[in-house]
Amino acid sequence: MSLKSQEAKIQPVIRCESVYKIFGENASQLIREAAGKIDVEKFKSEGCIFGVNSASFEVHKGEMLVVMGLSGSGKSTLLRCISRLTDTTAGKIFIDGEDLLAMKPKELIEIRRNKMGMVFQSFALLPHKTVLENIAFPLQVKGISTKDSIERASAMIELVSLDGRENYYPRQLSGGQQQRVGIARSLAVEPDIWFLDEPFSALDPLIRREMQDEFLRLQGMLHKTILFVTHDFDEALRLADRIAIMKDGVIEQIDTPANIVLNPATEYVAKFTNNVPREKVLRCLDVMEKAPKGAKFSKVNVSNKAIIETVAEQVLGQSLPVPVLDEKDKVIGVLNRKTILHVLFGKNEAA
Amino acid sequence: MGDTAAGVNLVERIKRSKLLQLFLLICAFLILYFTITPSENNYLWRLPSLFAIVPIKLNETVNYLMFDWFPIDIWNADIEDYEESALLKEITRSFSRAVLFFIELIREILLGGKKTIVAFTSWDFVSENEWAVWPALPWTVVAASAVVLGYALKGKWLALFVAFATGYIAVFGQWEPAMETLSFVLVAAPISVILGLLFGIWAFKSKRVEAILMPLLNIAQTMPHFSYLVPVTVLFGVGDHAGAIATVIFATPPMIRLTLLGLKAVPPEVGEAGMMNGCTKTQLMFKVLVPSARQNILVGVNQVIMQCLAMAVIASFIGAKGLGYNLLLSLNQLRIGQALELGICIVLIAVVLDKLSLAWAKKQIDYFADQSFAQRHKYGLIVFGILIGGCVLAFIGTYLFQGGINYFYLIPHNKGITTEPFWQAGVDWMVDNWYAQLQGFNRGLIINVLVPMKNAYLGMPVAATFLLTMGIGFIVGGLRSALIVGGFILFIALTEWWDRALITAYMATFAVIVSMILGTIVGVVCAQSTNSSKFILVVCDTLQTFPSFIYLIPVIMLFGVTDTSVLIAVIVYATIPAIRYTVEGLRNVPQALLDAGNMSGVTRLQRLRTIEFPLALPHFMLGINQVVVFALFMIIIGAMIGTEDLGQYILKALSDKNGIGNGLMLGLCVAFIGLAVDHVISTWAKQRRAMLGLE
Repeated sequence: MSLKSQEAKIQPVIRCESVYKIFGENASQLIREAAGKIDVEKFKSEGCIFGVNSASFEVHKGEMLVVMGLSGSGKSTLLRCISRLTDTTAGKIFIDGEDLLAMKPKELIEIRRNKMGMVFQSFALLPHKTVLENIAFPLQVKGISTKDSIERASAMIELVSLDGRENYYPRQLSGGQQQRVGIARSLAVEPDIWFLDEPFSALDPLIRREMQDEFLRLQGMLHKTILFVTHDFDEALRLADRIAIMKDGVIEQIDTPANIVLNPATEYVAKFTNNVPREKVLRCLDVMEKAPKGAKFSKVNVSNKAIIETVAEQVLGQSLPVPVLDEKDKVIGVLNRKTILHVLFGKNEAA
Repeated sequence: MGDTAAGVNLVERIKRSKLLQLFLLICAFLILYFTITPSENNYLWRLPSLFAIVPIKLNETVNYLMFDWFPIDIWNADIEDYEESALLKEITRSFSRAVLFFIELIREILLGGKKTIVAFTSWDFVSENEWAVWPALPWTVVAASAVVLGYALKGKWLALFVAFATGYIAVFGQWEPAMETLSFVLVAAPISVILGLLFGIWAFKSKRVEAILMPLLNIAQTMPHFSYLVPVTVLFGVGDHAGAIATVIFATPPMIRLTLLGLKAVPPEVGEAGMMNGCTKTQLMFKVLVPSARQNILVGVNQVIMQCLAMAVIASFIGAKGLGYNLLLSLNQLRIGQALELGICIVLIAVVLDKLSLAWAKKQIDYFADQSFAQRHKYGLIVFGILIGGCVLAFIGTYLFQGGINYFYLIPHNKGITTEPFWQAGVDWMVDNWYAQLQGFNRGLIINVLVPMKNAYLGMPVAATFLLTMGIGFIVGGLRSALIVGGFILFIALTEWWDRALITAYMATFAVIVSMILGTIVGVVCAQSTNSSKFILVVCDTLQTFPSFIYLIPVIMLFGVTDTSVLIAVIVYATIPAIRYTVEGLRNVPQALLDAGNMSGVTRLQRLRTIEFPLALPHFMLGINQVVVFALFMIIIGAMIGTEDLGQYILKALSDKNGIGNGLMLGLCVAFIGLAVDHVISTWAKQRRAMLGLE
């Protein structure tokens, strides 16, 4: 409880209040006529298309929100609204409490130069600049001296393990390497907010996996506030603190990976979660039960952050409930064989 | 009842079948053709020349602007007093002077001279001081540097070719005019590139500018070269600078187009990345978008250079010096041998510049860190060495060659070897031996084909023309296309040159038909194998770099100064795009479809007929578009050796002091013929491509 109230006091880094992005020739006129109240059916009958339909959410400092959706679901549009690469039709977006949509071009350039970094699906590297120059580019645009920016860019190259490729041109690199450059470039100005637009979608499955690991390693070091867009549900599960699932511009559900897998809010979400191997997603603390008072525990115990898959065999081998320990080795719950079977085979089959 | 049902059925069928519509249209056209009586007062026969007044008004306006509007006082150094002069005249004059200065500057770097020094001092100063002469770069230095450039950009084959070309030019004594032409290109091309870049960026930034610019570019690129010359002579006078300015006007449109194309082709994410990195608008444009569009923009530069060279020959009509001027002289004197040699020089320069600039466009910057100063500046150091070596060689030459000509320094005009007598003898021999056959062919063609065709065109009532053209427009693109085509034709019909336009149209039709047949046959044959299609495309590329003028030389050699000559030149010139588009169209049919066809067991001919042709057809049609434009250009240039179409009148306007109005109107007439055809064909090709799912 105390944790939650603390969170409420801290300002969210990104806050969206019923953000709309509506495409269509007469969209702006209809908005003016609507005067704040948007009737979706009316707009649609006039031939408008909703890229983003009333998106409201917050992202807190150090949190990673993954926006998941299939193509055409409006996930990239939402990201582009928040980075102001497209104009938002209606609604409000606040970055650290400041009204993003009210910013003048100059302020926008300032905030992009200092607070935001973005990684693109097609890498979007400048073909005429070397790796080093690409990474130094946002610094040089800012007016930082060549010496300092090169120094900083070299540090970034080390961070993404591209040492020795400083003077290559993008076309001389593989896709994974190019995206490392893209990541290094987006981090060069040390932004607080990190936007990633399907950063690994253009890569081969093996490289994608490797880059996800690399990405988690970086985030473990840097603790950025992240908005990550993907069409890959597994990727979302792997990376996210929270996932927002979008369909036709609407956020269908926004929750932690475990809650989404356990309690899909809509049928659409359930379609994704049905085939997810839950033992690979859920952690002990997601499914544990309260420890009955005075009951006997087995001698084996498990950590609360452990993935079920890794402990299933252990738990199934015990006749007594297995205690779940937190970081301070305090028992915070128990796992029964039945729970594990539920996770492994689904509720119905196990019953 | 049955009759009405059949009637409805027929209407339905006509609505559905475009072929049926076309058939009905042709029937209606023929009825009109034979029923309307030729008479001056019959508006169905010829429209009144309502626009006849326009050129006169245009002339008056321009004259007023040039000589009377906004008089200002100008200091005249000769009479040491202020003089009254028109503002516009002074502006164009100082502009001319600036352009001329740069041409002279480059020319004197290459060939030596006094005019640049004069520009900073005075003629008196130069004549008093013997030493005040800018020395020329020895030709060996220029040639060797070009060879090094070729090597640096592409490798040894290009270097060898450059060596051959420069060697040829020097040995045949054409070094001086060649450098004059080059200096002219080196001034006109950068101006065109900068202008094109600026306008391209502007059009990219503003949809409205693009909407205004596009139709202007369409007109500019279909106006014949000659019609640019007239207004330029009026505004800027005659001479090298006027030629350069006309060239700039002619060469800028493709640069604008390619800049715009390049900028639009930059992936949107690259622009977004620039924005997210916090670029200002200027930074975004010049640090992100323009460099990312580099390749397309450099192809634009290549186009500009080629257009400049093509125009360099035509600009000699208004006094641009160089190879073109000499070529014109020798053609006028019917010295075919000399014309041939000059033609080859121009072609060599064209091909060299084309290859060099394309190599530059395609060149990727390479990994070069951790290299020593000498390695990084390898080519610069070599050129510096060549400069010193060339100077030393030239110095030695002063002792070696007695009699005033230092062959290691500059080879004066026409002091090289020449093969003219050989060619002349060849021409004489051909005239002696083949005269009867050639003339027989010539006469046969004129009497049996050309004259009847011409008369058929001239006997066409204007109403029938409108019905046919607008009808085709309607069938292809609906009412909008019909109105657009009708508008273009109406403009021409209201001028006093309708009959001339019909003659131009007849020549164009004849040439286009023959070119298409030839081009399709050659194209289909060559497209059968990868190697032969590559080969023919290289041949087409090379032929296309030749300035159009060049094509007149061999035909005059064979057929003398007749309509046949012009038509054959036109056909040869226009067949190039026909071949190219046929080959490209056939080669671009997706491999998967060919495989699918093969697996269904088609024979080679069946595959061609049922798969390759239908899919390549839209591309063929765009080829026809090019063929028409090429043919029109060449017909107008053919006026130089005597035809009686629009081109002849444009040529006349050139020597007329009040020619500006006529020149422009005539140019527009030619452009509108081309644009009408272009509109119909590209509308059709677009629909067809959309239908086939190719876009």
